[in-house]
Amino acid sequence: MHPSAARLLNILIPVKRAVDYAVKIRVNPQQTGVDLNVKHSMNPFDEIAVEEAIRIRERLKETVKSIKAVTIGPPKSIDTLRTALAMGADSAIHVEIPESAPSPEPLGVAKTLRAIIERQKEAGGVDLVILGKQAIDDDSGQTGQMLAGLLGWGQATYASKVDIDAEGKIATVLREIDGGSEELKCRLPLVITTDLRLNEPRYASLPNIMKAKKKPVEKLKAEDLGVDLTPILETVKVAEPPKRIGGGKVESVDELVTKLKEAGFTAV
Amino acid sequence: MGKYHGNATTVLKPKTTQEVSDIVKWCHEKRIGIVPQGGNTGLVGGSVPVQDEVIISLANMSQVRSFDPISGILIADAGCILQSLTDYIAPHHHVMPIDLGAKGSCQIGGNVATNAGGLRLLRYGSLHGSVLGLEVVLPDGTILDQLTSLRKDNTGYDLKQLFIGAEGTLGIITGVSILTPPSPQASNNVIFALPHFDNVLPLYQSVKRQLSEILSAFEFIDRTAYDLAVKHGQGRALSDEDVEGAQCFVLVETSGGRREHDEEKLTTLLETLLEADKPLINTGVLAQSPAQFSSLWALREGVTEAVSKEGKAYKYDISVPLSTFKECVDVTREHLRSKGLMREDAVKHVVGYGHVGDGNLHLNVVADTYSSEIQDALEPFIYELVASHRGSVSAEHGIGAMKTHALHYSKSAVSITWMKKIKELFDPRGIMNPGKVLE
Ligand SMILES: Cc1cc2nc3c(=O)[nH]c(=O)nc-3n(C[C@H](O)[C@H](O)[C@H](O)COP(=O)(O)OP(=O)(O)OC[C@H]3O[C@@H](n4cnc5c(N)ncnc54)[C@H](O)[C@@H]3O)c2cc1C
Repeated sequence: MHPSAARLLNILIPVKRAVDYAVKIRVNPQQTGVDLNVKHSMNPFDEIAVEEAIRIRERLKETVKSIKAVTIGPPKSIDTLRTALAMGADSAIHVEIPESAPSPEPLGVAKTLRAIIERQKEAGGVDLVILGKQAIDDDSGQTGQMLAGLLGWGQATYASKVDIDAEGKIATVLREIDGGSEELKCRLPLVITTDLRLNEPRYASLPNIMKAKKKPVEKLKAEDLGVDLTPILETVKVAEPPKRIGGGKVESVDELVTKLKEAGFTAV
Repeated sequence: MGKYHGNATTVLKPKTTQEVSDIVKWCHEKRIGIVPQGGNTGLVGGSVPVQDEVIISLANMSQVRSFDPISGILIADAGCILQSLTDYIAPHHHVMPIDLGAKGSCQIGGNVATNAGGLRLLRYGSLHGSVLGLEVVLPDGTILDQLTSLRKDNTGYDLKQLFIGAEGTLGIITGVSILTPPSPQASNNVIFALPHFDNVLPLYQSVKRQLSEILSAFEFIDRTAYDLAVKHGQGRALSDEDVEGAQCFVLVETSGGRREHDEEKLTTLLETLLEADKPLINTGVLAQSPAQFSSLWALREGVTEAVSKEGKAYKYDISVPLSTFKECVDVTREHLRSKGLMREDAVKHVVGYGHVGDGNLHLNVVADTYSSEIQDALEPFIYELVASHRGSVSAEHGIGAMKTHALHYSKSAVSITWMKKIKELFDPRGIMNPGKVLE
C-alpha cells in the first residue's frame, strides 16, 4: 500500500517561556508588572502539549511526519525551544523579539502563528496545533481560540484525552467541562488546547538533550511574517493582593460571640 | 519517633540566658538531672529524659541577636528554628550553611548540639567550621560567653568545639554565632543512571574535577531505594527506558554564581560522560525547570519516607569508605539471607543511599515487623562490619540514648576514657543530660 502524502500529519506546538510556577511572584516597585529577574521555564500547559504531540507520534509512528515547536519571545526563549526539542520535537522556529520589547498579547501571538502556518504550506502544511489552554504568567487563555478563529479551523479546548485517526483525518477529544467531560469529534486541521489532566510530561533524557542541541532552529522576526506585535492593551496598574491579617485567640465562647457581633455577623 | 518515652513531670521554658543559668545553678545545688531540648527532632533519643530529669526547652529563646550582611555572620538565640533563620537572612542573599529534612522544627542550638550534617555539608563543610562562637550555660550554672564573631582566633584551646556534637552532655547552648555563605544565584541538578556500582567512584572523581566549586551535592541511591521511592510516589519516575539496566543512581546538584557559567560546565561534563569510550553512565535526566529540580530531589529525599511506608525500618547511619558502600549493603543482605530472614514476612529489603560526598551511607533494613530475631541478626553484626572498615557507627545522627552501647565500635578505649574525663571535669555531678553519649 502506498501511504499517500495526504495521510501524513504535521503537528505544530507553540510554547511559551514563562516565570516558573514555583517562583514567588513579586510586583515591581513601579507597579507596571512583576519582577522578571527570576527563574523561567516552559509554561506547564505547553509542556503538556509537547508531551501529547510526542505521544501521538509514539502511537501513530511514521504517520506523524513532523513535530515543530514555535515560540515568540526574547532571546532567552531559545531555552524553552531546546527543552521542547529535547523532549522530542524535530525542529523549531524562534520568532525573536527584543529583550526590552513588551510581552506580546494573545491576538498578536495568534496572528504570528497564523502567518507561520501559512508559511508551512509548501512543507505540507499543518494539520494539528496543540498548545496550552493558558500561560500561567498572564492567564489570558485566549490564544488557541483566537488562532482557530483566524484560521477558520475547528477547536477543541481544555482537552483531557486526544485520539487521532490519521486515516480519516478525525480527532476525538475529551474536554473538561463543569461537572464532567464532553467528547468531541473534530475534523482536521484542528486547534487543541491542553488541560492539566491530559498527560504527565516526561523528563528530557541526557542523550536527547545533547541531540536537541543539533536540531534546527529557524530564527524569524515579526516583520518577516508581516505581523505587528505592538500591544493594543494598556496595563494601568499591577498591585499585590492585600496582606492577610493573622487571626487572634479568644478566651471563651462569649468573647467569640461578642467579637463576631462586632465584626457584623448575626445569627440567621 | 515514638520510640522513647520520658517520665519527666517538668518542662521549663526560660526566655533569657540568665534564666537558664539560674535554673541550672539550682539544679546543680539540688543535684537534679537536666535534659536540654531543642526541636525534639533528634533521631537517637538524645532530647528525651531517661528518668525524671527536668526538661529545659529552648523554644522561648528564639530571637535573632544580630546579622551582618557584609560578613554574613549571624548571631542568634539557640532556640531559633532553622527555617526561620533561613527566611531571616534570605532577603540579604545569604543561606544557612546547613539544611536538613527537619528544618521546620529543629533549632539551631539542637543542630549545633548534634553537629548536624545534612544536605549542604559537601559544599559548606561541617558546623565545626562554620560555627564561630557559642554562649553556653555550664552544668554549674556559669555562663561561658564565647559568642565572638572572629574568623581567626588562635588564643589557646578552642573550647566551643567541645560543645559542637556533645548532644547537651556538657552544657546548654543558649546562643550561636555562625558564618552564613552568600546564596547561590543559580542551581541545577541531574540524576544519572549507572550500570554498576563500581562506576560511582570514577564518576565522583570526574564530576568533582569538572564541576569543582559549583558542585554542591553528590548523592547515591541504590536500585532498591529508587524503586521504593517511586513505588511510594516520591517524585516523578524516570522513563522505563532510562532506568533499564541501572544498578544505582547518582544525584548531582550544582550551585553557583552565574547560570550561564554553571550550565556551560554542566554541559561539558554531560558531553564527556555521554561520549566516553567506556561510559560510566547509562543515561540520565537534567532538570529543565524548578519543578523538575524538586522532583529529582524528591526521589532522593523521599527514600526515608518511602522506607517507612514500605514497612518497619531498622536504620543505620554509618560512615564507611566510599568503595565499600555496596559491599556493606550486600554483605548485610547476605547475612540476613543466611539466617533465613530474607522473606516476605521478615526482612523485605535491604537498601543503601546517602551522601557519597561525605562518605555517609544510610543502610536501611525494611522488615514486615520489628522482631528481636532481626534485631539480633543486625546487631552487633553491622557495628562489627563498620568497625572492620574503621568507619563510624553514627555518621551524623549522634549517639544519644540509643547508641551508647555501640560507641566502642568507633572510638578506642583511650578515646572513651578521655571523653569520660572531660565529662567529669565539666559535670562532676552528672546532671547534664545523663545517660546520653557515654554509658
Ligand atoms: C526528617 C529529619 C531529617 C533529618 N535529617 C538529618 C540530616 O540530614 N543530617 C543530620 O545530621 N541530622 C538529621 N536529622 C537529625 C538531627 O540531628 C536533628 O534533626 C537536629 O539537628 C536536632 O535539632 P533539634 O533542635 O530538634 O534537637 P533535639 O532533638 O531537641 O535535641 C537533639 C540533642 O541535642 C541536645 N540539645 C538540643 N538543643 C540543645 C541546646 N540548646 N543546648 C545543648 N544541647 C541541646 C538534646 O539534649 C539532644 O541530645 C534529621 C531529623 C529528622 C526528623
